[in-house]
Amino acid sequence: MASDLRDDLRDDLVVVPLRHPWRWFSGAVILLIIAGLGWAMAEAQIQWEDVPGFFTHPVMLEGLLNTIVLTVCAQGGAIVLGVVVALMRLSANPVARWFAVGYIWLFRGLPVLLQILIWFNLALVFKNISIPMLFTVPTNVVMTAFVAALLGLGLNESAYMAEIVRAGLTSVDPGQTEAAKSIGMTPLTTLRRVVLPQAMRVIIPPTGNNFINMIKGTSMASVIAFLELIHAANNISSRNLEIMETLFAAAAWYLVMVSLASIGQHYLERAYGPR
Amino acid sequence: MALVEAVGVRKSFGHTEVLRGIDLEVGRGEVVCLLGPSGAGKSTFLRCVNHLETIDAGRIWVDGVPVGFRASGGKLFELREHEVAFQRRDVGMVFQRFNLFPHRTALENVMEGPVQVLRRDRAEVRAESLALLERVGLAEKASAHPAQLSGGQQQRVAIARALAMKPKLMLFDEPTSALDPELVGEVLDVMTSLARDGMTMIVVTHEIGFARSVADRVVFLVDGAVVETGTPADVLDNPQQPRTQQFLAKVL
Repeated sequence: MASDLRDDLRDDLVVVPLRHPWRWFSGAVILLIIAGLGWAMAEAQIQWEDVPGFFTHPVMLEGLLNTIVLTVCAQGGAIVLGVVVALMRLSANPVARWFAVGYIWLFRGLPVLLQILIWFNLALVFKNISIPMLFTVPTNVVMTAFVAALLGLGLNESAYMAEIVRAGLTSVDPGQTEAAKSIGMTPLTTLRRVVLPQAMRVIIPPTGNNFINMIKGTSMASVIAFLELIHAANNISSRNLEIMETLFAAAAWYLVMVSLASIGQHYLERAYGPR
Repeated sequence: MALVEAVGVRKSFGHTEVLRGIDLEVGRGEVVCLLGPSGAGKSTFLRCVNHLETIDAGRIWVDGVPVGFRASGGKLFELREHEVAFQRRDVGMVFQRFNLFPHRTALENVMEGPVQVLRRDRAEVRAESLALLERVGLAEKASAHPAQLSGGQQQRVAIARALAMKPKLMLFDEPTSALDPELVGEVLDVMTSLARDGMTMIVVTHEIGFARSVADRVVFLVDGAVVETGTPADVLDNPQQPRTQQFLAKVL
């Protein structure tokens, strides 16, 4: 038997690669499903020809702009606040530490929608917002739909960002801080020059993820009549009753934004990746 | 007056007392090696000298200044972290694990202190830093990142980084313990030349040969206390204490 095998090996044998019949099969099944869906869509009672018009409808574009502005403001504010809260959470100062714990507990603990509604309805319980002897303004003037959505989304996100930043900061070897101290760096310079740049590798991937979540989360501002994409779609369809057509147009915009954000995240990760 | 003066230094981690009243003086230009079994408190003491650890009792003075405190009106006031940072400018430290900044090149590592801490002119610092890298034999590695350097090369960059601050005192915390045996020599050579140039150095080490040839004085610590101190010839070749004899019998 063994000698047979050796004899075989002496010849020029054809190499047969491992076959993957299930890949072909599953691929075919998925193509079938997609084709079925496509056929159903074509058969459905949707005025497809109207969708591009809604996609570039002035109201839709205004909603798109508002969605982008709200996303960037809420996420940007959340990153800044998150860094501050994370630093408090890691501080030697027990007051700061406990404040940060309470902050995260509160703003992470409540549903975003609830937080948005509470901010928007603040005027029901506080007629005016004032800092004694500095200023007083009526609450319903300040608390516009945009401000309420910004606070609701931004504060909730900042609690998540605080935990992400904390994970990043603690991932940096304590030896790095010691080395920075040993050349006389102050705590702030150490953070800026040594710890944060190295923490970025851990901070950026989940932040990109959260940013993508934020793009879609702004849709919750539609409940307080903030003119973001979904509210824009509803506005358009309330006039012509083409509900699905306008929603599909809004859906297309979400996919465009998320795709662009994903590409941006890819490059950011590469820039801060391991050397 | 001695450059470093430690009196009755005590330090506990939880219930474990790791320093039980250390007295030590280091004169200007003197090289002192701290020897002893692991857990003796050598590294902890060294870290206390630049306030990486706070001490529970006693005093450490560096160049007449109480480390981590400000003397005023017969009292010692504990300093804030950025004030301690100011004191540390004059004390260089080299770590067992190098602790180079991995996101910066060798040259940037050396320049970091003078530029970011002393706020000196970049071009001037760059020239000086290149000269320092030359001195530790790594001029051609200026643009390499730490990950591209061997352990011995990283440690020599770390020495250059500490020297860039023009310190009065250099602390070495087991600088060759994390190195492959064949790379130990290149680091010890740099340290030897530094000692010859008159740098004041406190070196925690297990390299008995280095202590013998370079140290002016050897301090032998066991369980957080100084057991024996003297010239290398006295302590290493003619130890008086049984604990020292026992240790040297094992490592020599």
